[in-house]
Formats: sequence, C-alpha cells, structure tokens
Amino acid sequence: MQPSPIRDLTVGLFVLAGLAAIAYLSVQVGGLQGERGFHLYATFDQIGGLRPRAPVVVSGVQVGQVSSIELDKNLRARVNMDVDPSLELPVDTMASIMTEGVLGNKFLALEPGAEDELLKDGEEIAFTESAVLLERLIGKFVNDAGLDEED
Amino acid sequence: MSTEPGQEFRVALDGVYLKRGDRQVLRGLTCGFPRGQISVVLGGSGCGKSTLMRLVGGLTRPDSGVVRVAGEDISRMSNRRLFSVRERIGMLFQGGALLDSMTVFDNVALPLREHSKLAEPDIRAEVSRRLVAVGLEQVGELYPRELSGGMNRRAALARAIVTDPEIVMVDEPFSGLDPINVRRIEALLVELNRRLGITLVVTSHHLASSLRMADRIVFMVDGRAISGTPEALLQSDDERVVAFLEAEKDQSTEDYAARTDAFPVAGGAA
Amino acid sequence: MRLPAVERIGFKSQLFVDHLGGLAVFTLSVLRCAFVPPFRFRRFVDEVFDAGVLSLSIVCLSGFAVGAVLGLQGYDTLVRFGAEANVGAMVGLSLVRELGPVLTALLVIGRAGSAAAAQIATMVTTEQLDGLRMMSIDPIDFVVGPKALALLVVMPLLAALFILFALFGGYLVSVMLLGLHGGTYFASLESAITFADDIVPSFSKALVFGALVGFIATYRGYTSEPTSTGVSAATTGTVVTASVCVLLFDYVITALWGI
Repeated sequence: MQPSPIRDLTVGLFVLAGLAAIAYLSVQVGGLQGERGFHLYATFDQIGGLRPRAPVVVSGVQVGQVSSIELDKNLRARVNMDVDPSLELPVDTMASIMTEGVLGNKFLALEPGAEDELLKDGEEIAFTESAVLLERLIGKFVNDAGLDEED
Repeated sequence: MSTEPGQEFRVALDGVYLKRGDRQVLRGLTCGFPRGQISVVLGGSGCGKSTLMRLVGGLTRPDSGVVRVAGEDISRMSNRRLFSVRERIGMLFQGGALLDSMTVFDNVALPLREHSKLAEPDIRAEVSRRLVAVGLEQVGELYPRELSGGMNRRAALARAIVTDPEIVMVDEPFSGLDPINVRRIEALLVELNRRLGITLVVTSHHLASSLRMADRIVFMVDGRAISGTPEALLQSDDERVVAFLEAEKDQSTEDYAARTDAFPVAGGAA
Repeated sequence: MRLPAVERIGFKSQLFVDHLGGLAVFTLSVLRCAFVPPFRFRRFVDEVFDAGVLSLSIVCLSGFAVGAVLGLQGYDTLVRFGAEANVGAMVGLSLVRELGPVLTALLVIGRAGSAAAAQIATMVTTEQLDGLRMMSIDPIDFVVGPKALALLVVMPLLAALFILFALFGGYLVSVMLLGLHGGTYFASLESAITFADDIVPSFSKALVFGALVGFIATYRGYTSEPTSTGVSAATTGTVVTASVCVLLFDYVITALWGI
C-alpha cells in the first residue's frame, strides 16, 4: 500500500478520538479519579437509599462525593466521602441525608458549624441527621391521625 | 525414461506419490530439470503440472518420494529451512499472484525490501532496471488490477527474478494470451535463460511454443513422466505421447478450417 | 451393528475438534507475530485505517440513532412512574453494559470482519499467499497478523465512540426534544455508572469481542477453499460464526462478572 500522509493522519486522529472517548467515559461518566487528599466519614442510623458516588454539597454547591458505604461494628452505616481539600469545615459540621424532590436521588448535605477548630483528613463528622424515610413519615402521619380520631 | 549422462539436475523428483482427496494425482513421478536449461513440462489439464510446481516450491508436500532442490531434499524440511531454500527459486504463478493492495513497483520491490540489505535508492534503481527489462517501465505506479493479462504476467516475472534466483519456475505462462503476447513472454524467458544462465522450468499445454523454446521436455501422463529432447518426443512411438500430439494437431487444423469457413477464399475450390 | 446417526455425530464432532485445534494453533501463530520481529507497523496502520477509520461513520451514526431511541423509549416509560429524572441512568446503563460493546461488535463484523475474510480468501484463491510464501514471506506475519490485531485494537475505540454518540443522542432527545433538565440527565447518568462495575466490564467485553472477530475473520479467510464459492463461504461464515460467538461470550462475560 502506498504510504499516504493523509491516511496516516486520519488513523492517528481516529486513535486519539477513541482514547479520548475512553478517558471521558472512565473519568467523567464512570467517576474514576486519583486519590483525593481529603477523606471524611460520618455514621448514620439510616441512610435510606444513599448510594456511593452521590454528591456531597454545602449550601447546595457540590464539594465532593460519597466514596463508599459500609456497616461498622455497631451495625450503623458508615459513609465515607471525598471532599474538596481546600474546604475549611469546622469540627461541629452537621451531615444530613437529603432527597432531591420527593422521589429523587439522595445526597449528603454538610452544614458548617461555628467552632474555630477545623476537621482534618480522616476525621469523623460527629453530628449527623439520618435519612427521613417517606414510608415511615406517612405511617406516622396516618397513625397520629388515627389517634386523634379516637380521642 | 532417458537419463542423459553427465547432466546435473538442479531440481529432481524421485518416486513421488500424491493423493488429493480420493484422486491419486501423482503415481511415482520421477523426473529432473538440468542446470542452465529450459525444461518444459507438457501434459493435458489436470495431469498434475501445477502440482509439480507446488511440490518444487515446497507449497505441497508429497505423500511419499523425494523432492530435491539444489541437492537438498525439501519434502520433509521444516518451514524455516524451506524459507532459505526458496530464496534460490523464483516462481511465476499462473495468475501472476501480484499483491493487489500494492503498486506494480512495490510488488517487484517487495522481495528486495524484505530480504536484501540494500538501501532504498539502490532498491528503486534495481526495480526500475527489471521493469525496463520486461518492458513495463511506464506502469510502475499502477495497481495490478489496472494491467492487462500479459502485462500482469510480465510484472510477475520481474518480481520472480528480482532477487536473481538460480531456478525459475513458470506455471502456464501462455494460457489466455494472444499470439503476440505469447511470443513476447517466450522471448523474455529464452533471454533470461541465455543471458543469465537461469534454470527454467515451464509448464504449458501450448505445443508450438514449447517445441520452439525447450531444451528438454517432460511429458506428464497418468501421474508419471516421460522425459527427453523435443526431437525425441516428436519421434516417440509411445501411444500416449502420439495421442497428445495428434490432438494438438487436430485442434490447430480445426482452427484453420473454422477461419477459412468464415472467410471463404474467392474462387477457391476445396 | 452400524448406527449411521451416531457415526455422523462422531464425525461432526471430530471435525469440530479439528477446527478448534486449527484455530488454537492459528491464534498462537498470529499472537506470536505481535511479539516477535519483524514488526509490521506500516501494515498494521493500514489495517487500522481499513477496520477503524472506515467503520467510523456507521458506528457513530448507529450509536446516535440507538441513543436517541433509548432516550425516547426510556422517557416514555419512566414518565408513567414519575421517574423521568432517571432517563440518563437508563440510557447510560444499557449502553455501557450491553448495547455499546455488542452492537459495535456486530457492526464491525458486518463492515470490517467480512471484508477482512473476503480479502484474505481472495488472496488464497489468486495464489497471492502462495506467492508470498515463495518469496520467503510468512503470510501470517505479513497479511493475517496485522489484520487480526487491527480488529482487536479498533474494537474498544469504536465501542467508546459508539457509547459517546449514543449518550449524546439520548441527551438530544430527552433534553432538547422532551424538555428534561440537562443537569438532571447527566447527574442521573454519572451517579448510575461506576468505573469498576460498568466501564471496566464494558471495555473488557469490547476487547474480547475484538479478539473474537479478528481471529474468526482471518481464520475463515485463511482456511478457505481456493474457489469463488470458497470466498463467499468464508465471508458468510465469518458473519454468522462471529455474531453468534459475540452474543454467547457476551452472556458468559456478563455472568462471570456477576452483574
């Protein structure tokens, strides 16, 4: 076959485009990333459908994501997260599990406290608020209503 | 079977048997091709001429018997060693067998680029020289599919001889060509033999050209061979040889008769 | 006592084992040429052009169409449950896990695999491979190897582009046409797909399919009968065998990965 520079160029471009597509799918869509410097964890009684890779937000702005979820010794849910290392979070920060809309995805919201001391890499966020389960809420509401009627 | 004394066979087959499927193609084929001569292998279609070529090239292995090329038995040789023997052989296949993804020039240059240590300018010079020799210096940049049958075969010949092999095998060089191209290829082959002393083995069923160019004729019939000079063959009283020669003669006269029928000579009486 | 039916099964299975053995030896010698010099980089690049660049347009176009249909169907189904926010997840998961690698493989079989088989079979018929052997050039090294390896390398690249175009197609339909919020589409997509459970199996599949298509196509071409029916048998055989193998292996890989 005749060597042709244009042909070789298209082969090169094709390979680059393919590699770029693989990289995009791995990093952006698949969430592959190198070790981030700042890991935190929080323990909850009930995570109610929070999944790994769920966003971690402060005042509605995404600052990181849930890296993994496991059960600790006391059978409570331990949620590990990676957050932006430049973030200065006080030790009395509160972590709560919230829902986008009524049936939407769960995410983890951080609410910074007022202490001067800051959270360091690998530390626990002590104050947590578990997920609100819609089923329980409804159940409770129905029960309460029932009791009211009996009175 | 006549074996002239004092002749050295560069290629020799001895008692070769070969079966293809249910058909016994060769039954004890014994023949030899002397150094520096033109040998023509004659015989009807399907008598095993192409198989003979493939045996010599090591492309087909015999069921039994010995195939000797330049003194070495290649019938049971490893593929690796076969590759070194093949460097002494150039082969011109019936259809040319040029690689259709490359230009004619690159096809002819391929054996040099693969095996010689020549620099690219030297290779280009050598290839151009060969293309001039076969009269194709104008078409080097064309692809094989753009050539006529005769040009294709001449290009393949250039490729077969570009590494200066001592033996050149040519399979059916004249089939499907017009008389002018037959003459042209024939002249090229004879020139190769006379100028470079190449041992030529040509298969053909074209009697006239075979008789013109051959130093020696190997006539194949029933999976065996009858060898001798062209004169000896013409005078042979072997009935199978006579039958083949008669059939060829009939065919030429038929052609002639057909032509005179189509264009009757004015005033001529049959 | 003769049992013709049993004999036939025996004969067929013997042929099959012969084929498998032949394919194994063939595969080894092709792999060998990837690691042992001479390296035919020039030929490899040319084959990547044939198998990859020339398949690019059909792969991207088909990907776009498949993604658009998934978006339309997914939205239509999910909106009944008020879960249309998950269109991205649905489109993404089905594409990355199954449709991307499998459909790309089927397209490549039809476009490049059949062409490779036909080309090699034609070279058998016209004695081009014997011609190479007579020039002391190994046809596996010179013709077969670059083709098989190009198909193997090209498959994951094409699968990635297929998935990308399909995600874009799904985005266009669900966001531009059906009015879903763009951020929702990508958020749902990105939170549903993980690297270890989705992306890695996806490209592993594409690589395995590439190897299957490469070896089957070149093997069928290389072992074809030197006749014109041989060429057509090699081409048809490639499409049928390779397609079935891709679907079977898809199941096996999916099951083994424990999805």
